[in-house]
Amino acid sequence: MMKPAQIIAQATVYALFALGIGVLSTRPSYTHFDPARALIKVSFAHGGEPVTACRKRSRAELKALAANMRKASICPRQRVALRFELSLDNTVILSETLPPTGWRGDGSSKIYRRIPTTAGRHTIVAKLRDSRRDQGFDHVSRHTITLVPGQSLSIDFKPAHGGFIYE
Amino acid sequence: MEFLKRPMKFAFLWLEGWFDRFFGPKWNPFYCLGALGYYYFWIVAASGIYIFIFFDTGIPQAFTSTEYMTHDQWYLAGIMRSLHRYASDAMVVMVLMHLCREFAFDRYRGGRWFSWVTGVSTLWLVFSAGVTGYWLVWDKLAQYIAIASTEWLDWLPIFGEPIARNFLASSHFDGRFFTLLVFMHIAIPLFLLFIMWFHLQRISYAKVNPARGLAVGTLAMLFVLSLVKPAISHEMANLAEVPGVLNMDWFYLWAYPMIEHLGPGFMWAFAGGGTLLLILVPWLPPKKRRPAAVVDLKNCNGCTRCVTDCPFRAVNMQPRTDGAPFREEAVVDPSMCVSCGICVGACPTAMPFRRASDLVAGIELPDLSVAHIRAQAHEAAVPLNGKDRIIAFGCDHGCDAAKLGINNLAFVPLRCAGMLLPSFIDYVLSKNLADGVVVSGCREGECHHRIGNVWVDGRLARERDPQLRRRVPVERLLKNWAAPTDRRQLFTEISAFQARLRDLPEDDAATRLTLVNGGKTDGTETSETAA
Repeated sequence: MMKPAQIIAQATVYALFALGIGVLSTRPSYTHFDPARALIKVSFAHGGEPVTACRKRSRAELKALAANMRKASICPRQRVALRFELSLDNTVILSETLPPTGWRGDGSSKIYRRIPTTAGRHTIVAKLRDSRRDQGFDHVSRHTITLVPGQSLSIDFKPAHGGFIYE
Repeated sequence: MEFLKRPMKFAFLWLEGWFDRFFGPKWNPFYCLGALGYYYFWIVAASGIYIFIFFDTGIPQAFTSTEYMTHDQWYLAGIMRSLHRYASDAMVVMVLMHLCREFAFDRYRGGRWFSWVTGVSTLWLVFSAGVTGYWLVWDKLAQYIAIASTEWLDWLPIFGEPIARNFLASSHFDGRFFTLLVFMHIAIPLFLLFIMWFHLQRISYAKVNPARGLAVGTLAMLFVLSLVKPAISHEMANLAEVPGVLNMDWFYLWAYPMIEHLGPGFMWAFAGGGTLLLILVPWLPPKKRRPAAVVDLKNCNGCTRCVTDCPFRAVNMQPRTDGAPFREEAVVDPSMCVSCGICVGACPTAMPFRRASDLVAGIELPDLSVAHIRAQAHEAAVPLNGKDRIIAFGCDHGCDAAKLGINNLAFVPLRCAGMLLPSFIDYVLSKNLADGVVVSGCREGECHHRIGNVWVDGRLARERDPQLRRRVPVERLLKNWAAPTDRRQLFTEISAFQARLRDLPEDDAATRLTLVNGGKTDGTETSETAA
């Protein structure tokens, strides 16, 4: 038979354990992101041009191949690295060369970046080079937006949808 | 490792001593941390099955169905949700405490490495199950976890596209994702259950259920907590907004701020390196293992008692190989044997009275034979004199009676109290080697070798073979279960025992049989007189 002191002690232990679980299951709060700021996320996966242009096979070359292998042109698998640049209010905040993925460098180039910024009106310029050229960019987009506190703006790139997408 | 273990062990022993007073050994939660882990798992499973009935997959539905449970059906589904959360949190506490305790008490090396390694592997599953559960609610916390988790995974160079892109904007996100998540949230706990079962494969008589009183108490505690502080969600997730201030469940989500502030690479190193270190701990440094028990076929009659009593499934029976007229023989798996000697204490041939042949038991510890224990008892008895001579048989892990400085007491060390065949008590008293016998070992409910003191209790209470013979005057026997920190308690008990011995008549053959434990009878009195 339990003594009253034991019952009280057990109840206290249970209460302390419950208190510990109850408190630590929600407290202390954690500030992941300053609610007064905004966030720009840049992410896309895009494949650049092949490193060299395709060329047509000569008749002699085609003849040398087995009948089922006689593809008219040869295209290299490897793609060029992308050149990406992001400016915020005329200041370049991101400037990266994105190599292609894959063992043979034939996959898409990818990027995923988080850029916290102040809330308010901003002009964003995104530039991307995905061709073999050495200078300049193939895709340039200028976007003006008023970011509210706590807003998350995503910048994606999809050529089929017209290039850069701000969402 | 000792510099870590020693303070941890002392802290556990100190706390457990207090809990013994509050809860008693049977209900002491420290003695069933693993069983409580199982128990919380079943509460989580049962409550999870109920809330799954109302949970709906889909982008708004996951959140709205959870809100329905929390607010509209608060009286049942809401409570179940809270039980689900709090039992999961309690499970983490139990698992981590269980791990720390086994480490502190050095119960993870040698033959016990298997339980340790499988136990460590459950950590990833427990945390994964919890994280996917938080993800399912699809509130701001879920959004944070989803993005942080995928960003962490994206650090590994194995994904073609960053999987965090799935949470870039609402247009990227598909409701079918919740179907996958529900599957994971069910599959991971099922796999966890499988590993939990695997975890127990090298131990026998595993305690997977806490004592009823403790189970009722802890369930009532969770129920009251669920009523007082119901589990609630944050606002619904919105990928166009960044989650700001979050009420984190620190039992499961402690790693996320680390990922954020120290980087995903650090966290992979921490998690991977930590897991590897924990897995390797049983061999850091390798334990010098005592030799495993060996079977002497000349003395083994295949009675199976050693198989029944072995706490680590290290002894099995196989068909007889020596042509003796018995069906089976015992065989020891050295890789699973922890050399506790409990099998020796179970062997009826470990009889110290034997004269016709050399004293060799059917199963023996090569470095601590039964003959050696008998010789030690004889040697120990030499300097004793008077009416209160005591020979104490004690285990390596309980309170060491030899260090108590008690006069007229000689100590015979054993690997475990369970190693002592009850006939040794009879032998010491009938050969007049001492006036009383003390059997000491780890605290009740807490044996270093899991169940040694339970078997001793049964043998001395004549409920378990090999039993204490009825002719033994049990008032000359004291069994005391005490930890190394309980020196004062053992000193007091033995001193009082000596005083009682001094008061006993010289010839007390016809006396009541009373097993004394801690100065009190333990309810096994019989009115039979000794032979």
